[in-house]
This record gives sequence, C-alpha cells and structure tokens, in this order.
Amino acid sequence: MRGPRASMRKPRMGRSGAWSLLTLIALTVPRLASAHLVRGEAGGFASGFEHPISGLDHIIAMVAVGLWGAQLGKPAIWLLPVTFPLVMACGGFLGLIGVPLPGSEIAIALSGVCLGAVVFSESRPPLWVAAGIVGAFGLFHGYAHGAELPPGRNPLLYSLGFVLATGLLHAAGILMGSVHRWPWGRLALRATGAAILCGGLFFLRGALP
Amino acid sequence: MSAWARRVLVAGLPALLAPGAAMAHLVATGMGPVYDGVLHFALSPEDVLLVIALALFAGLRGPGHARALFWVLPPAWFAGGVLAMMNLAPAGIALSLTTAVLFLAVGELLAANARLPMAACSAIGVVLGLSRGMADLAGVDPNSAHLLMLGGMCAAIFLVSALAASVTLPLQRLWMIVTARVCGSWIAAMGLLLAGWMVRYGAVV
Repeated sequence: MRGPRASMRKPRMGRSGAWSLLTLIALTVPRLASAHLVRGEAGGFASGFEHPISGLDHIIAMVAVGLWGAQLGKPAIWLLPVTFPLVMACGGFLGLIGVPLPGSEIAIALSGVCLGAVVFSESRPPLWVAAGIVGAFGLFHGYAHGAELPPGRNPLLYSLGFVLATGLLHAAGILMGSVHRWPWGRLALRATGAAILCGGLFFLRGALP
Repeated sequence: MSAWARRVLVAGLPALLAPGAAMAHLVATGMGPVYDGVLHFALSPEDVLLVIALALFAGLRGPGHARALFWVLPPAWFAGGVLAMMNLAPAGIALSLTTAVLFLAVGELLAANARLPMAACSAIGVVLGLSRGMADLAGVDPNSAHLLMLGGMCAAIFLVSALAASVTLPLQRLWMIVTARVCGSWIAAMGLLLAGWMVRYGAVV
C-alpha cells in the first residue's frame, strides 16, 4: 500500500517536466517558411490537370468520345483523340480572349445527351459527321474551361495539365470501349451510353433556365 | 527507463519536431555552371517540350531531317543565348509570342505528319533555338560561367533531340505513329491556350 506522500507526488509535474514543457513550447513555435515554388509551376500543373476532371458533365462527355471512337473503329478511334484536344483548345482560346459564346452550359449538357445517345444506339454516321459532332461539343467544353481560367497561374504548366487530363479521359473511354469486340461488351457499352444519356439529361435540367 | 533517460527523451523529442526555415529554390546544382545549364533546360518545360516535339517530327520525316536538326538546333540556341547576353534580344512579349506560335506550329506539323522539306524543318529549328536561347539567357551578364552554362544547356538539347528523334525514326506500326501524332496535337493545343492566355494576361514565358 502506498503512503499519502507518494499519492500526493504523482500528479505534480516536477522541475524537469516543466522545463521540458517550456522547451516544447519554445521549439514548436512556427517560423516563417521561405519555401517557394518557382513561378508557381506545381500549382499551375495541378490546377490545369484538375480542371477537366472537376465537373462530372465534362467527364461523361470526354469518356463518351472515347467510347464512341472505340465503337466506330478505325480511323475514328485515333482521329477523334487527335482532333478533339485541338478543337477544345480553340474553344479555350475563344474563352480566354473573351469572345461571347452564349448557351455554352446548355451545349455542354446537350453533349452528354447527344454523345450518350449515339453510344447507346451504336450510331455509325460518316466520319466527317462524327468529327463535326464531337468537334462542335469540344468547342463548347473548351470555351467553358477557357472562360473560367483564373489569373496568376503558370500558363504553360496549366495547359499541359489541362491537355493531359483531357487526353487521359479520352484514353480511358477508348480503353473501356475496347470491350466492344465481345457481345457482352457491346451490351455493356450500350448500357454505359444510356447512363451517360441520363446524366446529360440531369445536367440539361440544371442548365435550362 | 531511468529518470535521466526519460528527461532526455522528453527534451529531445520536441527538438526533433522543431520546424526549420525551408529555403527551397532551384538556382544552382552546386556542381558548376555546365550542370546548372543542363538542369535549367531539364526544368524548363517550355524548352523541353518544344525540343522533343520538333525532334519527334524530324524523326518521323526521316534520318536526313533528324541529322540536320542535331547540327542546327544547339548552335542556334547557343547563338540566341550569346545575343541575349549582349542585350540584343527582342522584348519579352515578342519572345513569348514566338514560343506560343512555335508550340502551335510544331505541334500541328507533328499532328498532321506533314511533308516538310529538310530546309524548312531546319529553319524551324533555327527559329526555335534562337528564340528560346534568347528567352533563357535574357538579362544575364556575359561572363565565362554563363557561357559554360549555355554550353551545358546546348549539350542537353543535343542529347534530348537525338534521343527523341531516335524514338520515332524506326516507327513503322500505325499505333506508334498515331501516338506521336497525338502528342503533336496536345502540344498544338497547349500553344493555342498559351496564345489565348497571352492575349488576356500578357507575356508569360
């Protein structure tokens, strides 16, 4: 059994404990961190990469382009990923220089509806029609990204991240679309198209005044 | 654990947690000006991407185009750097605009796999080398250390362009060529966005 003296000493900190506490407080006081990223490179790339994947309406349209390309086969499967970033960048350019393009949000929502419908119905229009549909919607998607671009970022790394993310979304769509060779895969692709169509309708409802 | 060890531990742990001032910046390698030049090139995406894109295009066009580029691009870069050190470089906005146009033009050529004569391909290499060399060395004092840095940069450019061209030279399969062309499309898209940015916010690179 412990004496009353011992039980009284237990909660006391003692001199060494007090010094340790003071040392802890003194040493953990935050100091100014002089670390900096030269010209904001990391921020530029990260924000550019994040931009195309930040909105579900953009994601479903990009993936749908890849899915449709996979359904259409050669040469659409590689023509669409080559042309789409360029057309999208044209839209981004228009948005950046401030050209007014009314109804872009409605067009973006419509892109989900239209691209979902063509994937669902396995449409096979002539190549120039397919490229025209995809290009027109790409213009609106790019415009929205360009118009929303904030100042103060590194533009080159921002563009690199932006284009890379867009291309990777297409690549994801093409990879998913590679199941088209099997009967069950065709069915799965059509079901994905229906889901994209429903998503597009949902966004259209939100975009309409 | 003894009382003494406990005291040392209690006092020592906070010391390990003490934040120090981080002085991160990419100025010098500490290994001399040649390596500084190599590092500067490697850490400048506007330089690396353009060199790789033009070399991929030259490689797609054939060995003649690629060989001509190796002997034109690094000397032009060196000349551009020397001109900048002599304060003979144009204004920053002109160099930025040239960079955006080069991204667009070289990317388009690669994406289209255009049939371009060797002289035209080399001329683009000269414009690229001069403009980016000027942009990299703008405002730098002319001294031997900076000349060595420029030399290191040009050596890295020679190496990277040779490696990139050698990637596309033997490409025969369609999907490989398509991959190179998709890279061109992405680089052209970056050029367009860069140009738009310049219109909106001014000189950037």
